[in-house]
Amino acid sequence: MKGYTDTIWQGGYQGVTKLGKIEARPSPKVSDEVRQTTCYMCACRCGINVHLQDGKVKYIEGNRDHPVNKGVLCAKGSAGIMQHYSPARLKAPMKRVGPRGSGEFEEISWDEAYDIAVGWMGPLRAETPEKLAFFTGRDQSQSFTSLWAQSYGTPNYAAHGGFCSVNMAAAGIYTMGGAFWEFGQPDWDRTKLFMIFGVAEDHDSNPIKAGIGRMKANGGKIIGVNPIRSGYNAVADEWIGITPGTDGLFILSVIHELLRAGKIDLNYLYRYTNAGFLVSSDEGAEDFGLFLRGEDDKALVLDRATGKPVAYDMPGVIPDLAGHLRQGGQTYRPALQLLAEKYMADEFAPETVAVRCGLTPEKIRAVAAELARVAFEEEIVLDQPWTDWKGEKHDKMIGRPVSFHAMRGISAHSNGFQTCRALHILQILLGSVEVPGGFRFKPPYPKPPEAHPKPHCIDEPGQPIPGPHLGYPMGPEDLLIDDDGTPKRIDKAFSWENPFSVHGLMHMVISNAHAGDPYKIDTLFLYMANMAWNSSMNTSEVMRMLTDKDDNGDYVIPHIIYSDAYSSEMVSYADLILPDTTYLERHDCISLLDRPICEADAAADAIRWPVVEPDRNVKGFQSALCDLGARLGLPGWVNEDGSQKYADYADYIVNHERRPGVGPLSGFRGKDGKSVGRGEVNPEQLDRYIENGGFWVEHVPETAQFYKPWNAGYQDWAVSIGLFDKPQPYVFNLYLEPMRKMQRAAEGIGDRQPPENMRERIKAAFTPLPEWYQPFEDAAVDHSEYPIHALTQRPMHMYHSWGSQNAWLRQITNVNRLYIPGKIWESQDFEEGDWAYVTSVHGKIKVPVARMDALNPDTVWTWNAIGKKRGAWGLSEDAPEATKGFLLNHLINELLPEKGDGQRWANSDPVTGQAAWFDLRVRIEKAPPGGPSEPAHKAAKSPVGRGPQDIAYGEEF
Amino acid sequence: MTALPETTEKKLGLVIDLDTCVGCHACVVNCKEWNTSNYGEPLSDMDAYGAEPEGTFLNRVHSYEVTPASGCAQTVHFPKSCLHCDDAPCVTVCPTGASYKRGEDGIVLVNENDCMGCGLCAWACPYGARELDQLAGIMKKCTLCVDRIYNENLPEEDREPACVRTCPAGARHFGDLGDPDSAVSQLVAERGGVDLMPEMGTKPVNKYLPPREKDTLLADMALAPTSEEPKGFLKWLDKALEAL
Repeated sequence: MKGYTDTIWQGGYQGVTKLGKIEARPSPKVSDEVRQTTCYMCACRCGINVHLQDGKVKYIEGNRDHPVNKGVLCAKGSAGIMQHYSPARLKAPMKRVGPRGSGEFEEISWDEAYDIAVGWMGPLRAETPEKLAFFTGRDQSQSFTSLWAQSYGTPNYAAHGGFCSVNMAAAGIYTMGGAFWEFGQPDWDRTKLFMIFGVAEDHDSNPIKAGIGRMKANGGKIIGVNPIRSGYNAVADEWIGITPGTDGLFILSVIHELLRAGKIDLNYLYRYTNAGFLVSSDEGAEDFGLFLRGEDDKALVLDRATGKPVAYDMPGVIPDLAGHLRQGGQTYRPALQLLAEKYMADEFAPETVAVRCGLTPEKIRAVAAELARVAFEEEIVLDQPWTDWKGEKHDKMIGRPVSFHAMRGISAHSNGFQTCRALHILQILLGSVEVPGGFRFKPPYPKPPEAHPKPHCIDEPGQPIPGPHLGYPMGPEDLLIDDDGTPKRIDKAFSWENPFSVHGLMHMVISNAHAGDPYKIDTLFLYMANMAWNSSMNTSEVMRMLTDKDDNGDYVIPHIIYSDAYSSEMVSYADLILPDTTYLERHDCISLLDRPICEADAAADAIRWPVVEPDRNVKGFQSALCDLGARLGLPGWVNEDGSQKYADYADYIVNHERRPGVGPLSGFRGKDGKSVGRGEVNPEQLDRYIENGGFWVEHVPETAQFYKPWNAGYQDWAVSIGLFDKPQPYVFNLYLEPMRKMQRAAEGIGDRQPPENMRERIKAAFTPLPEWYQPFEDAAVDHSEYPIHALTQRPMHMYHSWGSQNAWLRQITNVNRLYIPGKIWESQDFEEGDWAYVTSVHGKIKVPVARMDALNPDTVWTWNAIGKKRGAWGLSEDAPEATKGFLLNHLINELLPEKGDGQRWANSDPVTGQAAWFDLRVRIEKAPPGGPSEPAHKAAKSPVGRGPQDIAYGEEF
Repeated sequence: MTALPETTEKKLGLVIDLDTCVGCHACVVNCKEWNTSNYGEPLSDMDAYGAEPEGTFLNRVHSYEVTPASGCAQTVHFPKSCLHCDDAPCVTVCPTGASYKRGEDGIVLVNENDCMGCGLCAWACPYGARELDQLAGIMKKCTLCVDRIYNENLPEEDREPACVRTCPAGARHFGDLGDPDSAVSQLVAERGGVDLMPEMGTKPVNKYLPPREKDTLLADMALAPTSEEPKGFLKWLDKALEAL
């Protein structure tokens, strides 16, 4: 035993008040008060009941009425007390007084902090607004932060999607007007077969866990596709231990099998997809690869009744998917024929692909057969009449009870966009999207790419950006490049290198800014993004770039402003710190303008509000932006008399209108608080939300529950609550024409031309039907030298680096080991407790290892974001997170190895720019016993001191 | 030495579904959170921000790898807390009478007034389900949230253990395992629920539902081709469209 006399946190140790034999049915007081708000222990956004006693947080539980979590709460959410009272919390604004990276700061007032920030940002605005780069990390207020950046006039704004899962989001929107997680979910109550690919277990975490539980109770089955059999894959009935980066090949092989057997939903395909669109298919034709379009620019299909080309959406038309059209000496074939021709080829046969995927041909066939059996033999019929957008009435809703979910595992590869497209095409061929038992969109999705904004850039320096920064390009004309092809954005988003980078490329900002490519910047302004550590590729090098000086002795990146609630690794690299609050001390809106919390059968949004007041000199970052916007005199942030427009974020949430009657929150609008979606500003809106449990829900009418993209009832309902302003029915894109437009440019067609050295890459990457290609790093490195794939996963009980400083959560995991499959373990004579060197083409690290057999035999992996830099997060310098924990990031470069062509290519998906974290290849070898893990970076001074020795939380209750 | 009741009126306990538990630790942390501020002494955390953080938890999840005779290795997540045994060795070994099993509902509790922290009960428990709080010097264990399940200050639907209420996957169930008609008893019967280490003779009340058989997709399952090549596909397409 130890520690009886050590410092006790929270009110001191007042001696033991022991408990006697207690009464049979005790009814102790639970708390003084319950306040309902929204969790922020990860990105899931569950409703929570915060129990307060004597003004302190006593207990946090899930809110049973909340649409996301329906009462349950995960380990992270349940550890909220330790996050809220964390010793790592920043206490006041600070300015750097030592060199960057030293952690030496001086506390300052908010006024001084604002003066410094305005002193840097203000002078840039009129002439060179692009010299401010404003990027936010795990920001849940992107519709707000982007508006601020728009008003300032810098083109350089994005959040963290580019290094997270943009491939999934972009492929989903381009293919079917929505993707997984925030965009949609399985029909958990009806689905019978659920297939889950490479999932980060902290996204949509409670709904997936609850859904899996519900499915299992109903007798449903789960197929898990993941090199690692942990978490959801541990409870999957069938495990497909695929080789990393080959998911696309596996999916296309399943499609091969379905096509050969005719197990596709033709009725669904001809009605709801572009299967029948006529594609110019003679190579060499002037419009080769484009759709045949009518006079009103509508794509045409071949009418099976008349044999004539007609507009695809003409009522009553059944397109002749088996026919073709000869017109003007050219051949036009339905898109489905091109798709069948491509994927029925031997290159996608199970025998051809199995070894590469780490599977057997039999396994691939069995999966295809099971998907087909459940989709077509266990069809669901709901007696629910509905009317489609052409006015055709249907008396039933037909369901195919197979559903899918995927995340970063398939997304974070350099072939991720096409892999994600392939998965959506599989769903669509089975007729299982937006049908009972299948995958369902959550409002405001479905929303096709055409209904999204286009990307916007500077029109005139000193003026607001004329539209949102991020959007969906439909061809070369929408790229953000100069006449000579130079990218306009610091992250080179929407340039030839990453044309459809719809979430931006936050992971390239620091290295581009350091290199002055495409230009130098003055001020880097970051929010809630640990870019000096676990959120960057090539971490050690990023730290060097942040501290690097030019010949004059000035920092290459002159000014860095950072906002965070905690003493993260990034803090010590900033010049000015704006301390944020904890999630229990702040206002927020989880808005339909942003990333809402809707369910498939309901539109919903939510708030956070200060259920406890801050006890430090901190401020919600969004409120600080309201202050800064006013001090900079940004349009939209000051009144006509020049005074501050929004006193704080709460003021903005209630009073901002994006379009007339449509604001950040959709509930309780109008003077009487009774308007839904659209309505005048209601000054008491936040009070109504608080009374309602911190959220608002409006259910989708029964007739509009399924077939949403084509269901007139849904479209009208969506317009009525302000999701969009007019109905926007559309069909799914099996064949993605904007991809072909990019290829055409690469072939030399059109006035916007890519640089010569990019033509081949664009031709290869932008196939309008998904192609599988070898991941870039996989193709670039010698497999005999680097024979092993290396991955990271996030534990279910952690979120980024927030979780591993939490006193309770770090007791569950405070060391991440490299898990090694039996074959490699035995061949290298590893033993429990050993350490290994792990080497990639970019670097070498030393790490502790452990054996795991439920693992793809050519793959090693570890938990991410456990490893910490010494001295960060208020932990002691000998904390195991720092001495034994490690980051795989050190082995991953943002650039690919030199190819000898004079250019350094990004280690990113060529379509979206998604960081290809999971393309990593390594070799491992036994290292001398014992730690510390390497690289062992020196500690910075902790600006918050150290946490207390022992805790006995709850003593005073 | 402390006596056990001959019988109990109810056998309240947990049924834990190992087929559904994804190992997320929600039950572990929510248990910690409720119990540190409620029943008795807080559940302390020693060296909370240091090199060897170690605190008291009443419920922990262990992960095991199981490799069947043929087929892929599997991962099993195994939550473990006090099983409220009918023949609880932790009670009979207690020299002060602090550990006791209740006649009315079978819950095993520690009277913290009488516990001297000798640790004998922890040695006697074959499951390792008790933890001596290092700061308070008192034995801590799962109380089945006795301060929740009867608590009239909680809405009726919340009168269940914190771990059950919070479990996202619905893998934890609470009820009277002495009543063969209760939902939990029915579940145990349906799913072939088992005792943990029955050979120890402790007669645990808590039951575990075993994982379903895995990796059962048959190797000979395959779709019969209707069209071997694209031309054949067009014929099939034509016929299929005709039939619509």
